[in-house]
Amino acid sequence: MTAFKTLSVAMLKGFVRDKVTLFFTFLFPLMFLVIFGLILRDAGADKTRIAVVGDGPIVSALRDSGALELEPYNDENSAVQKVKDGDLPAALIIRGQRLDVRFAQSDQVKSATVLGIVNGFVDKANLAATGQPPTFTFAAEKVEDASLKPIQYLTPGILSWGVAVSAVFGSALTLVSWRRKQVLRRIRLAPISTTSVLSSRILVSTGVALVQGATFIVIASLPLFGLRLSGSWWLAIPLLLLGTIAFFALGMLVGAFAKTEEAASAAANIVVLPMAFLSGTFFPVDQAPAWLQAVSKIFPLRHMNDGMLDVLVRGKGIEALVVPSAILVGFSLVVGFIASRVFKWEE
Amino acid sequence: MTEERSAVVVRDVRKSYGELKAVDGVSFTVAEGEFFGILGPNGAGKTTTLEIVEGLREPDSGEVRLLGESPWPRNVKLLPRIGVQLQASSFFEKLTAKEQLQTFGALYGVSAGTAADMLELVGLADKANEQENKLSGGQRQRLSIACALVHDPDIVFLDEPTAALDPQARRNLWDVLRAIKERGKTIVYTTHYLDEAEILCDRVAIMDTGRILALDPPAVLVRGLDAPTHVTLQKGVLSVVDASALDGVDEAHEDEVSLTLSTRRPAPVLSALAERGALDGLQVRTATLEDVFLNLTGREYRA
Repeated sequence: MTAFKTLSVAMLKGFVRDKVTLFFTFLFPLMFLVIFGLILRDAGADKTRIAVVGDGPIVSALRDSGALELEPYNDENSAVQKVKDGDLPAALIIRGQRLDVRFAQSDQVKSATVLGIVNGFVDKANLAATGQPPTFTFAAEKVEDASLKPIQYLTPGILSWGVAVSAVFGSALTLVSWRRKQVLRRIRLAPISTTSVLSSRILVSTGVALVQGATFIVIASLPLFGLRLSGSWWLAIPLLLLGTIAFFALGMLVGAFAKTEEAASAAANIVVLPMAFLSGTFFPVDQAPAWLQAVSKIFPLRHMNDGMLDVLVRGKGIEALVVPSAILVGFSLVVGFIASRVFKWEE
Repeated sequence: MTEERSAVVVRDVRKSYGELKAVDGVSFTVAEGEFFGILGPNGAGKTTTLEIVEGLREPDSGEVRLLGESPWPRNVKLLPRIGVQLQASSFFEKLTAKEQLQTFGALYGVSAGTAADMLELVGLADKANEQENKLSGGQRQRLSIACALVHDPDIVFLDEPTAALDPQARRNLWDVLRAIKERGKTIVYTTHYLDEAEILCDRVAIMDTGRILALDPPAVLVRGLDAPTHVTLQKGVLSVVDASALDGVDEAHEDEVSLTLSTRRPAPVLSALAERGALDGLQVRTATLEDVFLNLTGREYRA
């Protein structure tokens, strides 16, 4: 027990004192979260800006509604030039009772939006001018749809990826460096079981994964990013642990083959990076073509992602853990077994 | 020396890698408390022999007994009684000297306090809180020896502990090795420095191409050579002709800076030189293990 504890503490100290590892474990994935979180924060929410020359009741009504953003210009030419340059999708020119809209042909979606909105306001003003009550009315109300805000799928995805990266690299690099530096031989010459050594290393990895999870969720929940956790978020803890063990096993396999730390790094990247892209780390996989979705099912990270998404933000219950857990456990057993077969004590 | 009292018994051990006979019928015994050296140039088979004795490798044939037990396959009962320092400095990442010792100690169930005491023995007490990678080569080597001793083993195996050290660090390490011997440990160590083995070892085995060529106390090996003593003087204090005429001088020759006399009876030669007041720049060089190696293999010793 003392050996187990001392070894765990030793490895934890080694981890905490290694600035590069700390960077790749915490800051690097967080950078992705911050960058993607900020880029995609207002996705689809941008208002359309148009140029406006002149003023009048329609312009005031448009401004008050906030449906469009208005950029005032003094003369028609400079406003139209903006449209010609492609900076703005349309220019609205007020000539007393007449409104001219000059729009860019290239961006038909935006132009149509602008034309529709302006037309609507003109119709409304016309109707008001007749003094008649409207025959048809409509009311608009927002509905929360099933599609997630970017931060809601980015957090579980990038968190799973971060945990996978540090577990794979952690175990692969430790194994290779211990073999190269003959620490493995030294351990073999001590009356301690391999299980004790292995389990203390796994303990450190899972501890790191939990700290990663907490850091990620706290940062993503900042108002700047606006993550909203579901009530069943704590179900992510068993997933984090199982995922760490699965990717630890993968790292052991990589480490068994790699001769040098550099080779281990490269091999781990080759395994982890494509898996991350195909498993929905940076974008939801359900937008990908069907065949790609099928391919992504072979990756344990995909299932870890799905599970994390379900419990962290979709609010699903414990039943959402069944499939991902079973796959992660199965993966750990199979890959761990192969890794133990190809394991080498020395170069 | 009876075999029952022997710490290490090696009988006709062989190990081949393909065509290469790395260890080709090696036998020796090491008594308890003995400082035993295995010498030879690189590639002589020293390390492979040591690894077989430690139980890291299985010999193709032959037998090894450590304290009466077989080290192969991995013998957990025996492991606490042997301490092994490996050729590379094997340490855990980013730990201080003290933490390295405590971690290695923990593998054997040694308390943290006892482990830290080892720093004293190897003279690293003031470096306790330095990280291993900040230590000098000699300090790292001493730390790795401390790690091998942390669980107070009966037999200590050291593989080239003084390799790649500067002369001062080597001499510091000799003191450490002597201190270990004084604790009553049996030490088996390999080196390619013949001068060092001559100073430290009770007995040495000279190895080349997988075989032991000679095995005896260093002094016995050197004496057995019956090699001449070389007396060197500053050039000009005596002519070659006068020197050759001195009683006991077998041969005299001169180069640009010095006059060298070969003798098998150095005492009368030295007193004759003293009588003539011709002792300027005097150096006396007796035969060394290097001469033994030359005599055994017919070639210059090259580490």
